Amino acid sequence: MLHIVACIKQVPDTKIIKMNPKTNTMDRASAPAILNPYDAHAVEEAVRLKKRYGGTVSVLTMGPPPAVKAIKKCIEIGADEGYMISDRAFAGADTLATSYALTKAIEKISKIKPVDLIICGKMTIDGDTGQVGPGIARRLDMPPLTSVNKVKEINLEEGYAVVHRKLEDGYEVIQSTMPCLMSVEKEINEVPYSSMTNMLKAARYQPVIWAVADLEDVERSQLGLKGSPTIVSKVWAPTKPSGGEMLEGDAAAQTGQLLNILLEKKELFAVKGGSGVEL
Amino acid sequence: MSFEDYSGIWVFIEVKDGEVVPVSLELLGAGRELADKRGTELAGVLIGENVTHLADTVFEYGADTVYVYDHAIFKNYRTESYMKALLECCEKYKPEVILYGATSTGKDLASAVATDLPTGLTADSTILDIEEDTGLLLASRPAFGGNIMATILCKKYRPQMATVRPKVMKALTPEPGRTGRLVEEKTSLKEDDIRTKVLEIVQHTTKKVRIDEADIIVAGGKGLGSANGFQLVHDLAETLGGAVGASRDVVEAGWVEHHHQVGQTGVTVTPKIYFAIGISGAIQHIVGMQNSSLIIAINNDPEAAIFQSSHYGIVGDAFEIVPLLIQQFKQAFNQEVVDHV
Repeated sequence: MLHIVACIKQVPDTKIIKMNPKTNTMDRASAPAILNPYDAHAVEEAVRLKKRYGGTVSVLTMGPPPAVKAIKKCIEIGADEGYMISDRAFAGADTLATSYALTKAIEKISKIKPVDLIICGKMTIDGDTGQVGPGIARRLDMPPLTSVNKVKEINLEEGYAVVHRKLEDGYEVIQSTMPCLMSVEKEINEVPYSSMTNMLKAARYQPVIWAVADLEDVERSQLGLKGSPTIVSKVWAPTKPSGGEMLEGDAAAQTGQLLNILLEKKELFAVKGGSGVEL
Repeated sequence: MSFEDYSGIWVFIEVKDGEVVPVSLELLGAGRELADKRGTELAGVLIGENVTHLADTVFEYGADTVYVYDHAIFKNYRTESYMKALLECCEKYKPEVILYGATSTGKDLASAVATDLPTGLTADSTILDIEEDTGLLLASRPAFGGNIMATILCKKYRPQMATVRPKVMKALTPEPGRTGRLVEEKTSLKEDDIRTKVLEIVQHTTKKVRIDEADIIVAGGKGLGSANGFQLVHDLAETLGGAVGASRDVVEAGWVEHHHQVGQTGVTVTPKIYFAIGISGAIQHIVGMQNSSLIIAINNDPEAAIFQSSHYGIVGDAFEIVPLLIQQFKQAFNQEVVDHV
């Protein structure tokens, strides 16, 4: 029976986050906290694999107490168990320190039940790095499989998985030994509406919450801000172009002007249909 | 860790279909600037099978040294084999900075290498600079979905690492015949050491224009109302011989496939001409297209943010403007043909 751990994160919805124009900082309160959208696909894929092969899906997150909500969302999707590590010592972690803390939690989970597969979303929408998944894989000495857009086969008996890994212009089919870690693209699946049963289960669900002291063999110097090699030295609003020329007149006059502007660059149109690269 | 032991700017040279990928050449251009400012050398790390001859290209684009791992075990990119080669190379020569293209390969490799070293890694950088005296890399990138820019430093570890988005740095004009120091490295890796196998590589067989390489892009947004309305974008693109781009909303609505998406979570593009039709101009979109040479916006909302990021703007109904433009263009093209006859 497969035991899959899906690593997830609660993030501010960056689509609707507002900037404070005076201070150039983000008004985090303006954005609702949501389950990182890529992680929803990771959990959904774990649930689908559980249905295909049998097993258990555990979700794991690191975050402040309100992040329990993101775990409940995963229970709605169909996860069985939720674990959260929450402690001030984790605060300020970059991807290296985050992967360390999550690894320590996965080691503890695997003592409860050995872990066959770890699934992460492609990246978080607040960090945009995609580095935590591979980081966990390296720390646990598992092969990292990034950009996965299809899980073709899992053979637990023989200990391998076959996946499609997305490339810029296609995909590659990779066979990996298990246990392994996959970070998945969002096109791997569609997350359906939750069933009433799962929603009721989620409403009552309380995850297991661990502080640093509950984890084993932790080097505190590797956690949080202290354990983070990267620091943000400066943030600023992207420079906005000042805006160009607005074309005046009625539609015919406007398009006429535009045509003249473009025809000055007519060398670009020399080979019709030839501007792109055909694959 | 003594920082004095670390020197040199490195670029991971990604190879695809027997050629160096464009972003690696762009990074050699950016790396050359950093190396000159720091008064150090620029090196490329070339890993693959039958790739040694590509070192010539790497020299022509600015490298002083090329470290080569040329072996059958590196035939296809695999995290573990490439990572082990690069880690070994780092251990031996101790670079100060390593840059990777923010491609599926570059990001995968950099994440794994950073964890093992361990060191800091900045993802998807769009601006690079280095402090002349300390060698501190200043890697800046869009953060929070492009809402802000952040400069990231790695003060306590070496090498400092960053992945860099394709198309934001400029490759140098190659100097034919320029050469440098070629260092051929041996590997002790065995097939049994590597736990993954590439069974097959499938390239898209459907005819598709890669928007990251297109000179003209016609992009459409939610303002076009429906998948039917979006047909306008296809029509204009076809008339101009350009590629079709789209905002995130449009892709999420399913009007076009994801590989058309321009922006922070899509593709960064730098065409010579970029049309933004019915696109409001969310910052996530702007960061993906702002380096286009000529940006033309068409939108019925005069307050739309897209006009701030455009060279020319037309306020009006796309369903009136675009067909007119197509018609006038077709006429102009026909006229040209007549003139030449």
